[in-house]
Amino acid sequence: MPSYKAPVEDMMFVLKDVLGAGQVFSAIPAYADIDTDVVENVLEEAGRFCSEILQPLNMSGDAEGCRLENGVVRTPKGFAQAYAAFSDAGWGGLSASPDHGGQGLPRTLQILVDEMLSASNLSFGLFPGLTRGAYEAIEAHGDEALKALYLPKMIAGTWTGAMALTEAGAGSDLGMLKATAVPRGDGSYTVTGSKIFISSGDHDMAENVIHLVLARLPDAPAGTKGISLFLCPKYLVDRDGTPGARNAISVGALEHKMGIHAQPTCVMNYDGCRGWLVGEAHRGLAAMFTMMNAERLFVGVQGLGVADASYQTAATYARERLQGRATGVAGTAPIIAHPDVRRMLLSMLSFIEAGRALSLFTALEMDKEKCHPDPEIRRASGGLVALLTPVIKAALTDFGFEAAVLGQQVLGGHGYIREWGQEQFVRDARIAMIYEGTNGIQAQDLVLRKLPLDGGRPVRMFLGLIRDTLEQADGIAEAASQCVAVREALAHLDQVTARLIDGDLVASDERNAAATDYLRLFALVTFGWLWLRMTLTVLNMGANANAHARRKIAVGRFFADRILPQAGALARQIGAGGAPIMALATENF
Amino acid sequence: MKKILVPVKMVLDANARPRVRADETGIDLSGMRMSINPFCEIAVEEALRLKEAGQAEEVVIVSIGPAKAQDTLRQALAMGADRALLIQTDETVEPLAVAKLLHAVVMDEPPDLVILGKQAIDDDCNQTGQMLAALLGWPQATFASAIRAEEGRLLVTREIDAGLQTLSLPLPAIVTTDLRLNEPRHCALPNIMKARKKPLTIRMPADYGVDVRRRLKVLAVRPPSGRKPGIKVATASELVGDLRAAGLV
Repeated sequence: MPSYKAPVEDMMFVLKDVLGAGQVFSAIPAYADIDTDVVENVLEEAGRFCSEILQPLNMSGDAEGCRLENGVVRTPKGFAQAYAAFSDAGWGGLSASPDHGGQGLPRTLQILVDEMLSASNLSFGLFPGLTRGAYEAIEAHGDEALKALYLPKMIAGTWTGAMALTEAGAGSDLGMLKATAVPRGDGSYTVTGSKIFISSGDHDMAENVIHLVLARLPDAPAGTKGISLFLCPKYLVDRDGTPGARNAISVGALEHKMGIHAQPTCVMNYDGCRGWLVGEAHRGLAAMFTMMNAERLFVGVQGLGVADASYQTAATYARERLQGRATGVAGTAPIIAHPDVRRMLLSMLSFIEAGRALSLFTALEMDKEKCHPDPEIRRASGGLVALLTPVIKAALTDFGFEAAVLGQQVLGGHGYIREWGQEQFVRDARIAMIYEGTNGIQAQDLVLRKLPLDGGRPVRMFLGLIRDTLEQADGIAEAASQCVAVREALAHLDQVTARLIDGDLVASDERNAAATDYLRLFALVTFGWLWLRMTLTVLNMGANANAHARRKIAVGRFFADRILPQAGALARQIGAGGAPIMALATENF
Repeated sequence: MKKILVPVKMVLDANARPRVRADETGIDLSGMRMSINPFCEIAVEEALRLKEAGQAEEVVIVSIGPAKAQDTLRQALAMGADRALLIQTDETVEPLAVAKLLHAVVMDEPPDLVILGKQAIDDDCNQTGQMLAALLGWPQATFASAIRAEEGRLLVTREIDAGLQTLSLPLPAIVTTDLRLNEPRHCALPNIMKARKKPLTIRMPADYGVDVRRRLKVLAVRPPSGRKPGIKVATASELVGDLRAAGLV
């Protein structure tokens, strides 16, 4: 049976030693009293909750799945109790505003807890994750009355949230959506439409479900500039916050899907239900998009979390499974002695630790963007967050899925059958590449919107950070070979970036054709940079580095020598331009 | 009861792989993950349950150890204890010295009940509770698997070889906890944050006039030698012959 242990020591290494989060927090008044000790306490407890309560429900939840009975969604056995325990322990309000009952802790901490939730039980983690997305949207854009009525219960977890965007005819292109909202004359609206793929759309774990629905007002302009955001509760709420009459919202069906079976993904029908406008009319998409960076960081971390869960099982299995002979091992060898098995495990591990470092680097920038007293720092951090968000969402879920496949492969046939849980990780990890903007959309966002952002300032600044680290590493013998690999990969990225920004690949079709490969190249160079930073950190610790820290040097070296050279191939692919992609006539597909 | 005192020990985390120091003087704890001793955690949980059932008013935690043991105390505070005391020392403190320090703390406080873990998972001494009871002249019930307060007395069920034994103790008393007494709670996030603001006092062993120097001499600490591969024997008589040859029968 699989088990999961939250990698608190690795998390603290990145946070404290590599990124110096303690100093960052102390420069931010809202976080001035957050020291790394309390961060560690919180992570330990969160990890314990995930290992002991959520992980044991992961396989059973997958096997049982959700059921739709007489219009009501039933979650798998144990989920409702686990959710109650989760909410009672206050985990849902970790990063929520203290004004409405949250703990007001940094995003950085939230993202680590999100990783644990995703690793231990992705289906479960989506409930509080979507609730957070919804309450953050209400907090940022709702009027005071809505906030007072809905935020405390959502933050406490008594009510959960759902985000209703997609329709059958409007997926990546939300401008095509058809749901309507008509004013009722009493300040509320009548919302009508059908939405698909609605995570946590309905369930039996909380007393109310608060839907944020995108719909068009009667006078709405066509396209994305005519979409407004409405709050539609499953049960209408009276003035003192007590849920009463059922709103005209129903579950049309549960989607039958590849993974996350314990998560009720619903077709939702809003049959003239009552809703309240959140934010300004016709500005609904913009309101949603203010949450998007945080949501996409959350989804990226889902890929990371599932990869780590798969790695933990694969590494344990590889140490214990005896098959074949290996050099230096008397008798039958554990399969971890075989180079090809080690290659798989190291590919997973070197991605997981670099991916975690990237998610924490970005979360810390997000905390600075939101709370730092210096407006220049807020602006610079905002640029980095905007730049890195699509990279995290796509790269962490792409590599996360690839890692889950490797974790399955390590177990051979035992990875394909259900017993060890590895095939579930493959199925569950797959969704993160698709929802919250497909990874193709993320790549477009990076190349078409984020590279030119602010006159190219964020990307120049980010590549400058990589050069700074290379400079610091100059002359340090133990880091020399990593430096060479990162420098070489960075040169490829620099050259391709210049061609995409104002060179021969600047035409939008060229950039479109380059996008996915470019994002992967960008991610590889970023991971190489973060491995170099981790290596330098361990070297700086000198004799104080424990065995756990020292092992990072070997993993970083593996990444630099065995993974990072892929940057060269990607640069060549991109350099070949869009012509080979467009050459085949459409009718010949 | 007005007050319950719970002594707790910080130990090498049960999941960490211990490494013996090269000079064979002990386990290398530098940079290792440390945790609250699981039996002590059960003791904290039981004290909190008695308090929550209205049987006690205050739960005080005490630890003897290095500055880092504050983390262990904060965890107990996050579980719900009211305040904590650290007697700070970097020495390895033997059970008798611990018992003497706790004796002094009991004189200061004084509690109606002291609940301790029956032993620590690092050195497995299983002595402190008994020694403390002797120093105080208080009744003791060790290896508790159930505790009930009743009319000023404490009913303690113990797991013994013959089955379950229930003792009735007058208060004040000493109880040490066994594994099956309870399952410690998960800390709630708001309580972790609140725990940072609860009082935590730091004192030194000298403040209590206790000399914590070691009385026992450790000759060497070595990792267990690796298990040797077994052999297959064809017959029972061959087995008996091998056992005889090894001097085992």
